[in-house]
Amino acid sequence: MHSICSQATAVPRSNFAFDSHAPALPISKPINLRFCGLRKEAFGFSGLTHSCSSRVRFTSRGHSKRISASAENNGTPPKSFDYDLIIIGAGVGGHGAALHAVEKGLKTAIIEGDVVGGTCVNRGCVPSKALLAVSGKMRELQSEHHMKALGLQVSAAGYDRQGVADHANNLASKIRSNLTNSMKALGVDILTGFGTVVGPQKVKYGKVGFPDNIVTAKDIIIATGSVPFVPKGIEVDGKTVITSDHALKLESVPDWIAIVGSGYIGLEFSDVYTALGSEVTFIEALDQLMPGFDPEIGKLAQRVLINPRKIDYHTGVFATKITPAKDGKPVTIELIDAKTKEPKDTLEVDAALIATGRAPFTNGLGLENINVETQRGFVPVDERMQVIDANGNLVPHLYCIGDANGKMMLAHAASAQGISVVEQVTGRDHVLNHLSIPAACFTHPEISMVGLTEPQAREKAEKEGFEVSVAKTSFKANTKALAENEGEGLAKLIYRPDNGEILGVHIFGLHAADLIHEASNAIALGTRIQDIKFAVHAHPTLSEVLDELFKSAKVKATASSHVPVSEPVAV
Amino acid sequence: MASPFLSNCTISFSSSLKYSTLPRLFPSVSFSSIRFKSTPRRILTVRSKIREIFMPALSSTMTEGKIVSWVKSEGDLLSKGESVVVVESDKADMDVETFYDGILAAIVVGEGETAPVGAAIGILAETEDEIAEAKAKAASKSGASTRSAPPPAPAADSTPAPPKSTPAYAAPTVTEGPRKTVATPYAKKLAKQHKVDIESLVGTGPYGRITPEDIEAAAGILPSKTNVGPVVVAEVKPAAPTKATSDSSAPSSIPPPVPGSTVVPFTTMQAAVSKNMVESISVPTFRVGYPVTTDALDALYEKVKPKGVTMTALLAKAAAMALVQHPVVNSSCKDGKSFSYNSNINIAIAVAINGGLITPVLQDADKLDLYLLSQKWKELVEKARAKQLQPQEYNSGTFTLSNLGMFGVDRFDAILPPGQGAIMAVGASKPTVVADADGFFSVKNKMLVNVTADHRIIYGADLAAFLQTFSKIVENPESLTL
Repeated sequence: MHSICSQATAVPRSNFAFDSHAPALPISKPINLRFCGLRKEAFGFSGLTHSCSSRVRFTSRGHSKRISASAENNGTPPKSFDYDLIIIGAGVGGHGAALHAVEKGLKTAIIEGDVVGGTCVNRGCVPSKALLAVSGKMRELQSEHHMKALGLQVSAAGYDRQGVADHANNLASKIRSNLTNSMKALGVDILTGFGTVVGPQKVKYGKVGFPDNIVTAKDIIIATGSVPFVPKGIEVDGKTVITSDHALKLESVPDWIAIVGSGYIGLEFSDVYTALGSEVTFIEALDQLMPGFDPEIGKLAQRVLINPRKIDYHTGVFATKITPAKDGKPVTIELIDAKTKEPKDTLEVDAALIATGRAPFTNGLGLENINVETQRGFVPVDERMQVIDANGNLVPHLYCIGDANGKMMLAHAASAQGISVVEQVTGRDHVLNHLSIPAACFTHPEISMVGLTEPQAREKAEKEGFEVSVAKTSFKANTKALAENEGEGLAKLIYRPDNGEILGVHIFGLHAADLIHEASNAIALGTRIQDIKFAVHAHPTLSEVLDELFKSAKVKATASSHVPVSEPVAV
Repeated sequence: MASPFLSNCTISFSSSLKYSTLPRLFPSVSFSSIRFKSTPRRILTVRSKIREIFMPALSSTMTEGKIVSWVKSEGDLLSKGESVVVVESDKADMDVETFYDGILAAIVVGEGETAPVGAAIGILAETEDEIAEAKAKAASKSGASTRSAPPPAPAADSTPAPPKSTPAYAAPTVTEGPRKTVATPYAKKLAKQHKVDIESLVGTGPYGRITPEDIEAAAGILPSKTNVGPVVVAEVKPAAPTKATSDSSAPSSIPPPVPGSTVVPFTTMQAAVSKNMVESISVPTFRVGYPVTTDALDALYEKVKPKGVTMTALLAKAAAMALVQHPVVNSSCKDGKSFSYNSNINIAIAVAINGGLITPVLQDADKLDLYLLSQKWKELVEKARAKQLQPQEYNSGTFTLSNLGMFGVDRFDAILPPGQGAIMAVGASKPTVVADADGFFSVKNKMLVNVTADHRIIYGADLAAFLQTFSKIVENPESLTL
């Protein structure tokens, strides 16, 4: 089974923010949200801690029990199982679930039809971070003004395209082998082939041309991920009209590239391409660039990431037809007005990158065998990730996590959902708070966010009748940022002044993606502003941006008496 | 709570002209809580519909602000609550919104410029009829307001809207038809910045598109940057017919760059040097060399050195005293038809400073005494190093001195700077065996000086006579200290 781990979709954030029970997400336009986190890299090392636990018994694999899974008793649950848990798809979501399952003492197998690591590691977050690392350094070296301000002299910076591409590819291989090794070391069985659900608690898998194997498990997790979504009318040739899958290989750096979609994927690639010398034209269906971001952050980001760069844009238009370059003609893009549907313009560019979001990869999963209907490809689930069948009933022992359920298309969200499922099947009820899951866009500077945007918070406040306040701090006032000569940036806190609850935090600035976790942890743990404002931050660090943010909030409630460190500690 | 259309931290204001002493009216505000929606101040008898947009006070410590960018352009329609301009304070960049509907008639303070809090940075007109009046107001506000904006261009949108009747969409042969202008994103940006009409250009890029280089050529500016890309693989494909014609009509005279070479653009100073040097080619020059014995000068130098006198000052003083007797060498030819005799003798002296060349000027070098001259020179060099020379301190020279003797150079040839009559190139002084009139050999320190002069006004005999005088002064340098 083709497995995918991560991010991006045509899902407006507000959908999962307000109504996480409704997997059928109304989509009118391709909004391109790509949340990309590289969280799982750490798992390459986490095996160290897990492997010393007492999971050794699972290395004795009970293949003898497979007799129970014969064709005759299809449709009736087997009495005993080959595994406690089978995960279909070894992306970041499946990997996170597998590791946690082993820790919980479950006998676990993971089925992978493509390569371990899924989209995130092979065609997503991981290789794109390698390209963005290069683009960030190029950008710095090319900024004469910036270098001069630091007293540095650098003669014209250049790059070797193949070298950059190799860096991305090497990083992906390294992370992939880390992931594989961490699972092998823990005794997770990696079964190769495409997985299909054939009945309750029963999965078949096998490579094309080989006989299928059937295995049974007490619980099954679907984690098959997503693929780039290409709207109809667009002909992808992989050379001049490409998706992120091709772009990450960096086989060419076109002089002029059109990027269809200005969400996370498009924005990150615009950062890469402009740093490498390309000019970029954005094509966005909505009236504004960067939909899905807090409007204020989006506005600032546009001022920093778009306007001063060699980028122009067309908003409120659909690309109805994109023809790859051939016969001496450039790539042509036909645009129509998104509202009136009238032809608007035809662009001629050297290449086009389709970044209109991602579509779930759920075909061939055999869901019809258990009466489950996908909704626009997404597998419907409840808030505990349990699959819902066509009649609206929960399917016992079947769960779906990650991009395939479309709740929040982020690698680390998939992993968190997987862990949540394992908690449930091992007897502890657990519901994941999606509002505590941070997201980041790795442009230069970075954008990160957790929780609600300001308009979402205000809408919620109106409905539920509470007050909302906003506090902001600037990177310009931060010593470390100024030392780096990177004072451009803003952190924004949306909160309830009455009880100090953090509703959302949005950061645009140097290392924003790393800074967000103080806020996301606070939301996850329910920490209130009046408490967290007393936490100490090392000086001078970028983390003081958040420190100042919390301190500048005007909360009416006073600090709770049960502050963690209640006993004064003398030193 | 802020009003629905005002985000929490934006400031909106602009006021009627009546309140031009406005800053007082604004409470000082601290950064995180700026939230005043400017309550409509009582406007008593306001007739004028022309309003100023002021530099807001974004923090209690802010005294002036820098315009980061104008979100709107002159001629744009504004509606209440819209961001108009982004202002950088000592702490942050903030959007400033307008509190009135209207038309941005004029920008008084441009992007990147600074204005004190409360100063008018833009003018808002209520209707189009008032734009002219508003502009006049803007002009009176600031002498620097050179922006005479064109009549409000209704579409700042740079993409030409295709005629609705001929939908390019429906025509599959769109590329065969009359070509529309295709310009790259950066080319469009540059065109807007340099006010180049894109439609009037013929693109030289692939598929006939207009490239940033085309805009730069049209705007008459030097290419400002190297292409950051690697030697990008040119897309080799059968040339489109349009491409073939443009190729043949534009034969490239610049040799292709050597692979691996880097291109570093000129700094402002280097560009100025380059311009002067090219200009100098139009002047007919000739050169006369002269050996000068410097034993006496060297002896004098040893004596006055403790008093802070430099060799440069000695030579400048000697040249100035010689010039007093030969005013034609101190003259210049400005128009090719006449002599311009300079009343002052200002000796410009070439100095190499980090990455450039500049000629600080010792004014009235003939009149100042040696010590003052030395002191003056020291100040000038310090200023030059700090890049603080005032224009009259480097461009008022009437005669230039260039000395490479300290490097061991024995003779060299200088290029005459535009606007001057002559330049003297001074080599190193070194021991030389000489035979005197009586046939006695001796060793004397000799230095070769070589003067380049404009032959339209200064002839060989003039220069020879000047050099003879100069030589006498150097060989009998007591007069220098008088």
